[in-house]
Amino acid sequence: MSTDDHERLLGDLRTMVRIRAFEERVSRHFREGLIPGFVHVSIGQEAIAAGVCGALRDDDYITTTHRGHGHCLAKGLDADGMMAELFGRATGTCGGKGGSMHIADPSIGILGANGIVAAGLPIAVGAALAARRRGTDAVAVAFAGEGTVHSGPFHEALTLAVLWEAPVIFVIENNRFAEFTDSEAMWRGDPLVDRARGYGLHHSERIDGNDVEVVRATIEPLVAAARAGAGPALVEAMTYRVHGHYEGDAVPYRDEAEFERWRERDPIARATAALEAAGHGDAVAAIQADADAEIDAAVERGLAAPYPTAETLLEDVHA
Amino acid sequence: MPDERPPRYIDGVRSAIAAEMEADPDVVLIGVDVGEGGGVFGATRGLHERFGAERVIDTPIAEAGVLGAAVGAAMAGLRPVAEIMYMDFVSVCLDPIVNQAAKLRYMTGGGARIPLVFRTQTGGGRSSGAQHSQSLEGMLAHVPGLKVFLPSDPRDVHDLLRAAIRDDGPVVFVENRRLYNRRPADGPWEPLPPGRARVVRPGDDVTVIAWGRMVEEVARACDEQLTDVGVELIDLRTLVPLDLETLERSVRRTGRALVVHEATADFGPGAEIATRLSERLLYEIEGPIRRLGAVAAPTPYSPPLEALALPGPEAIAAAVRGLLED
Ligand SMILES: Cc1ncc(C[n+]2csc(CCOP(=O)(O)OP(=O)(O)O)c2C)c(N)n1
Ligand SMILES: [Mg+2]
Repeated sequence: MSTDDHERLLGDLRTMVRIRAFEERVSRHFREGLIPGFVHVSIGQEAIAAGVCGALRDDDYITTTHRGHGHCLAKGLDADGMMAELFGRATGTCGGKGGSMHIADPSIGILGANGIVAAGLPIAVGAALAARRRGTDAVAVAFAGEGTVHSGPFHEALTLAVLWEAPVIFVIENNRFAEFTDSEAMWRGDPLVDRARGYGLHHSERIDGNDVEVVRATIEPLVAAARAGAGPALVEAMTYRVHGHYEGDAVPYRDEAEFERWRERDPIARATAALEAAGHGDAVAAIQADADAEIDAAVERGLAAPYPTAETLLEDVHA
Repeated sequence: MPDERPPRYIDGVRSAIAAEMEADPDVVLIGVDVGEGGGVFGATRGLHERFGAERVIDTPIAEAGVLGAAVGAAMAGLRPVAEIMYMDFVSVCLDPIVNQAAKLRYMTGGGARIPLVFRTQTGGGRSSGAQHSQSLEGMLAHVPGLKVFLPSDPRDVHDLLRAAIRDDGPVVFVENRRLYNRRPADGPWEPLPPGRARVVRPGDDVTVIAWGRMVEEVARACDEQLTDVGVELIDLRTLVPLDLETLERSVRRTGRALVVHEATADFGPGAEIATRLSERLLYEIEGPIRRLGAVAAPTPYSPPLEALALPGPEAIAAAVRGLLED
């Protein structure tokens, strides 16, 4: 690895470690009853968020899902605002109105997490269309789970993206499960990447989603191609959902041996090992300490923040 | 040790489906995670093991296709119970409900039968966010051709779901997830068919009409804050068919009425009910029939904001007292 490679990997590790620290705190505070509603965490899937968003600029767009904390952090959202949002506070990213499933910050291209499976895909296509129409070279990335790919909006989004040559990259995180369902049990026919090619996407590839270097190396040329007008592409990133579907899901349907195999392929452990072997042990330790401090502070500030006032209830319903 | 307590609301859902599947091999259950997973709330737990994957059918996340297929299966002789996991998700599969199931019987001059139950659930007030909290029964009741059942009582949920499955449909069946763990109150119980409202507690001063979780919210308001007022609480049970006779009989006596629902008040079902009663009872009521529903905003996530958005005992009590001043 060159020095540049090390720097890049350290940066991606930092993102992954921040996501992990955030999600672990979310999990804990949900259990403690400090976070209301329900939450879905992305523990084990951090390499995809880090590797993909690391290749994006502030003016690029993303759409994400109910499991979107990692994508938002990696795209540049501050942990303070996100944690406060999850606590339902006025200082939250969305003033406490959205919550975990609806975090968004259009000012940095985050067009939203989503509570509706597959809703983000056409939205990303539209953002890509707008970017082209306005003459910028911004691109859009639609993050979605593998459970998405059977739904109408997925197929309509691919169809439109190809037709419009939209600069959009569909990143499908295949974490083995859609809720309690083994995703393979819902599959017949050609693999996803072949199906996608059939729609006319210029590139479609299945990759190891637990290796952040692979994710980065795959996505960078696709982003460059999209900026240059190559049109849409799809990446299926293979990973594993380490926690339940939502926090509190006891995962009775999980195969423990398979779970253990995936635990050994933890993306953070792998990046850490590579960097430590290259003599970056101190930097890695500092990244961990920084992330813990950052999230501690976010939790502290979030819990100290006020709830939204009654006056905000009817604000922003209409333009 | 067997559980001797009376079954919970959620048990009523499960036992109703099981009983109808037992009675009629044409009944099938279909939806996302209804099978091996037993449903996200556990409502269909055990049915997959008992009736097999051919009749308890797990589907991919493809609601528009699944519901369309359920319409076709119903027309071709099955009696599907198709689950829409959250009522909010009807938005992704409205065509099979609104343009197909609701209209086919009529458009075919009675030729098509659609014995189909769209089973779904709602339940605001727990920070589920704007896309997992909506009560959209008014929107569905607005479409001619759909029946809409919304049980509040753990015994009624069983009876009404069995009736829905036996109905030649289509029926939208709306459960409330916040009632799933409720057990029935003590006391006598009279089973009622769909289309009959239930007088939950009698009173002479004010009629309050509610359904779903709002029935217990009204009861709480009565117990905690309205002990000096004779509230007649009526559980509507089914929005379509609408039991105007029972409502009318009550309001004729009390002269005052309030409709309380979790759905948004604006353009909501309460407006329809209030208007129908006013039309019939114009010279017999003491003042306008009023409505109380959710505020006209997407459901906020933050707990204190959401508490302001939905009707609760305080708002209900205030509305009842407001009626008495009319
Ligand atoms: C239209 C719609 N149907 C069903 C759901 C309920 N639901 C939420 S997440 C989910 C599974 C999604 O699986 P996948 O796309 O693989 O994402 P993952 O949870 O694995 O990240 C389901 C069925 C929903 N939110 N929206
Ligand atoms: Mg998945």
